Amino acid sequence: MIKVEQLVKAFGATKAVDGISFEVAEGETLALLGTSGCGKTTTLKMLNRLIEPDSGSIAINGKNILEENPETLRRGIGYVLQNNGLFPHYTVAENIAIVPQLLKWDKAKTDKRINELLEKLHLSKEYLNAYPSELSGGQQQRIGLARALIADPPVLLMDEPFGALDNVTRSKIHSEFKVLDELKRKTIILVTHDVQEAFELAGRIALMDKGKIVQIGTPAELLFNPANDFVSDFLQEQRLQLEFKAIKITDLWEHLPKGSRKTNTSSLSAESDFWTVLEQFRFIKGENLNILNQQNKEVKTITFEALMAAYSQYKNLQPHE
Amino acid sequence: MNEQQQSLWGFMSQQADKLGVQTLQHIGLTFISLFIAVLIGLPLGIYITRKKSLSGLVLGIAGILQTIPSIALLGFMIPLLGIGAKPAIVALLLYALLPIIRNTYTGITGVDATVKEAAVAMGMSKWQVLFKVELPLAMPVILAGIRTATVINVGVATLASYIAAGGLGEFIFGGISLNNTNMILAGAIPAALLAIIFDFLLSLVQKLNFKKIKGAVKIAPVALLILSCLYFIPSAYGSKLTAGFTPEFMGRQDGNLGLQSKYGLKIHTIVISDAVMYKAAQEKELDVISGYSTDGRLKAYDLIVLDDDKKIFPPYYAAPVVREDALRKFPELEKTLNLLSGFITDSIMTELNYKTDYLHQSPERVAKDFLVAKKLYRADKGGKAGVVRIGSKIFGEQYILASMYTMLIKGYTNYDVATKTGLGGTKIVFDALTNDQIDFYPEYTGTGLLAILQAPPKTVTQLQVSKDSTYNYVAREFEKRYQLKWLKPIGFNNAYALMMREKQAKELHIKTISNLKRYLDSK
Repeated sequence: MIKVEQLVKAFGATKAVDGISFEVAEGETLALLGTSGCGKTTTLKMLNRLIEPDSGSIAINGKNILEENPETLRRGIGYVLQNNGLFPHYTVAENIAIVPQLLKWDKAKTDKRINELLEKLHLSKEYLNAYPSELSGGQQQRIGLARALIADPPVLLMDEPFGALDNVTRSKIHSEFKVLDELKRKTIILVTHDVQEAFELAGRIALMDKGKIVQIGTPAELLFNPANDFVSDFLQEQRLQLEFKAIKITDLWEHLPKGSRKTNTSSLSAESDFWTVLEQFRFIKGENLNILNQQNKEVKTITFEALMAAYSQYKNLQPHE
Repeated sequence: MNEQQQSLWGFMSQQADKLGVQTLQHIGLTFISLFIAVLIGLPLGIYITRKKSLSGLVLGIAGILQTIPSIALLGFMIPLLGIGAKPAIVALLLYALLPIIRNTYTGITGVDATVKEAAVAMGMSKWQVLFKVELPLAMPVILAGIRTATVINVGVATLASYIAAGGLGEFIFGGISLNNTNMILAGAIPAALLAIIFDFLLSLVQKLNFKKIKGAVKIAPVALLILSCLYFIPSAYGSKLTAGFTPEFMGRQDGNLGLQSKYGLKIHTIVISDAVMYKAAQEKELDVISGYSTDGRLKAYDLIVLDDDKKIFPPYYAAPVVREDALRKFPELEKTLNLLSGFITDSIMTELNYKTDYLHQSPERVAKDFLVAKKLYRADKGGKAGVVRIGSKIFGEQYILASMYTMLIKGYTNYDVATKTGLGGTKIVFDALTNDQIDFYPEYTGTGLLAILQAPPKTVTQLQVSKDSTYNYVAREFEKRYQLKWLKPIGFNNAYALMMREKQAKELHIKTISNLKRYLDSK
């Protein structure tokens, strides 16, 4: 879907992006992770040509975007900014309708699409005539997302999209983000300095430093198979939580005791991560959870103790640093 | 105080026509220049946000323009654009440029970078970003600049009357030269009110929210144009000839008021400063001007004086005014000073003034040449029998007369001479005379009558019939009040006069002011 090769961008003497290459498959979410100044935002902005690369190539769907008209290109790529970048002089409705207006949609089509998105993003219609300054930060960010999604672009670029939000709002939007069907079909590149966010939202992570990609892979690969000390150091601080989030129940499946009990409670998917399942326990004596493995249609009923035991067995099998 | 207010109100209602015209002109001048300044300043301000390297230069130049004193800027405009509305508008627009350019630049560079980035990332073209994002968001700051420019323009536009562009400055500066407080206030108060009102209205526009500003911005050019057109309403009615009068002449009974009441002269009149009036007449921007009958510029610019056949201008015959004790001390003085009497007519004085003012000959040389030509000159006797002190006012004609008297006294008597020339205005030189600092100086009968004796209007009207009656009156009164003696008149009359280009006056057969009126009234 997106193929980046040997991308270079220098600002004066410093090379902000120094020969980066990666690919993103259709429907995949890639996080560009790193500290400030590592070149992640510059990389992102080259994808919709807000910044022109010095050398290298970028292809989206096999088309070299550097040969396209930049305005046409951008109208087909959703873009979400950290500080939302909503137009303060436009109402919410006008803000969302910017791209349709540029694409000369008729009003009925625009209105229909706006209503559809508002519903999905849990935004009330009464905000449509409000100005951005009248909304909370979380609402503004949702409007920013709606604006990026309105024309249903196949590619979505997100620059620290939740960076300006407080923790509570951020985790709420994170969970909405994960279940939003609009986003499941999209190829997303997400820039973040927040390790948690990258682990939670991205299928793959490209960890960057000094304009280069240090390691690119799934969260579990970065955690359990770091390319070098930089990667493990980068993740060290939040390691335990990251591991909980990186490990899926399917990874532990063989270590969980067999057998199921018929209960009325619905079962969790084995595709869930370890952290999500832990969150389900209410710590009542003799509590059980049913987990359904989609691949072999097997259901296992587990206790908290069994889950923790499986985790430690799994961990022992991982290569030690 | 109450009387003062009433008479101000009286003056304003009496001059309501003029006040209305001046106010309309004032608003018109302010907004024509503002409109053009916006047309230039806004794109320029936008341009320098795109080419940042030029911003320092452009803002610097606009800043320098702002620091040029307004009078000087108007002065610079005259050689380029002549007189009237054009140079005034250009000068005003130059003043309005800085706040508009600077606020446009500041406003646009101040737009949140994230918002601009979002606009570009949405796929807007650079023009769409400008018109849909940058300009609307910068609008409050730009409007603040326009507001500043408006207030500056209302103020500077008062100076436009110096170069015959009209406006409330006509009253203000007329009032200052006539020492007429009501007239000053009749111009100053409306000017201040205009500034306050426009400032207030624009502050309302500035406070509108984004939604309403969109509408206001569309109405603004129309409103500006309408306000600009106000300037042209008063000038829609005109006459065959155009007159240019100084603010002082406009308000004097022995000036424009007399022309209207005694001659019934109706002529399209603009108010203009003395400094540019003669040149404007020569350049055919004005046809009739007010001036002084012996001014050297008459000759320099080929103008002739129209005969004041109804005698509204009081005579200003020049004659030496001498202390009586000096006449006793220097018995030969009177006879010597009277030698000059009758030799210098209006046209000769004009010629002599022309030589000093335009050919830049020294007053001494002009005086000597003249005396030699008239065979009056005698070599200096090197006398030691006392020193005669001669005074003069601070302009060319008086310097020439003082030089002539010096030469005559030295050549004909045994006295030596000390000159104290350049004694400022009438009051200074007259005080010097009464306080025994000088023995005599050349004075004019009209000045003696109006400025020194401050004769009541009734007396003035009675005396204006002939030159002799004025001379006799001042001679009698000076003797009585100050023990000063008026010697024989030198001959010329340096009075107010109406002037026209010689060629035009001949073509139209206009020799007197009555001729002029008849020509104007004929269809």
